[in-house]
Amino acid sequence: MINRPKPDKKRLRRTMMFMNAQKPGLIKDAYIYGSDSIILDLEDAVAENQKDAARFSLYHALKNIDYGDTEVIVRINGLDTPHWQEDVRVCVAGGADGIRIAKCENAQMVRQVEEAVLAAEREFGVEEGRTLLMAALESPMGIMNAYKIVTASDRMLGCAISGGDFRKSMHVQIQRDGVEMMVARGQMLLAARAAGVQCFDTMFPNIDDMEGFKAEVIQNHKMGFDGKSIVNPKQIAFVHETFAPTEKEIAYAEKLVRGCQAQADAGIGVYTVDGKMVDIPFFEDAKRIIALAKACGVYHGDL
Amino acid sequence: MLIEKSAMAGTLESSDAQVTVEPAEGLELNIQSSVLNQYGHQIKATILETLNRLEVTAGKVTVIDKGALDCTLKARVECAVFRSCGKSESNIPWGGVIND
Repeated sequence: MINRPKPDKKRLRRTMMFMNAQKPGLIKDAYIYGSDSIILDLEDAVAENQKDAARFSLYHALKNIDYGDTEVIVRINGLDTPHWQEDVRVCVAGGADGIRIAKCENAQMVRQVEEAVLAAEREFGVEEGRTLLMAALESPMGIMNAYKIVTASDRMLGCAISGGDFRKSMHVQIQRDGVEMMVARGQMLLAARAAGVQCFDTMFPNIDDMEGFKAEVIQNHKMGFDGKSIVNPKQIAFVHETFAPTEKEIAYAEKLVRGCQAQADAGIGVYTVDGKMVDIPFFEDAKRIIALAKACGVYHGDL
Repeated sequence: MLIEKSAMAGTLESSDAQVTVEPAEGLELNIQSSVLNQYGHQIKATILETLNRLEVTAGKVTVIDKGALDCTLKARVECAVFRSCGKSESNIPWGGVIND
């Protein structure tokens, strides 16, 4: 039996790879590809008459397969279905790290899932508060309520926009420059940063269009996302590469961290590094970059 | 558990197994597997152990194995048995008789 370490709300999540929980061929070696998180799906990937079978399969996968450092999140069925409560029970009993709430529209939905999770933790003797939550925002209402949603529970690790449903509800198609979801992505990012949680972009549906995929990943990174949903292992490497700090960024961050300490000791508030004016927020950001570089395995310094 | 009606779970895809259970007087087990020579004993042991855990003492159980891991075999047998009793949808005893 596998006992997974306690989930970490702030861990590195550059890639979250979707897998059908009902397909043994997929879930048995999902961890070898090296995505930061996998999302075992009980929702759209599983046919309506196989929801029960998917749970049995999920339970044994969670209990028997050693996913190592890969985080294991389960996407449960919507709150408007008869499936979600049993989905929550099996996730908690199996020891999943977190639950992704599909089609989340408001804070009440988060609280409803949280209640069910707590009841399941008590039923199965799992440490209370262990199971994390995240919300998938798939509609204009979800985006409008993003801040309330991500602050509805201490278990919330973050939120993700789900492009397929969102674009339909906005009467738009996917665009190469991302203009069709620019406002929604921006608003969700603001909400997540205001709440101090993570924020993830939607998956890129056309697996063979690597050029379009790369353009989207670069834009995601520029906008400030923490990571992205993916649907194919071949999408992992580019996201990890793009989201890792560059050598130049790391070197500058190191300089800032070292310099700032010395300046603070000398009682100076604002000072310059390489001719640029910097102050405390720069220092905080530099520390974040060093931490990210360490998590990405690209930091070789001694800070 | 009592096998009340015929039920099936699983698929014929690679790494999966298709399990069918039907009402019968005694316990009858049929296994077809592409890896029967190497793993026949283990497959049989896993299925019998699972049926034993579920307290299934009578029924015809047919397993078409496509190279499933033990955990998949268990999941398919359990689902088929719970379906045969109409109890597969909710209040599953996770960690109780459903265990590893």
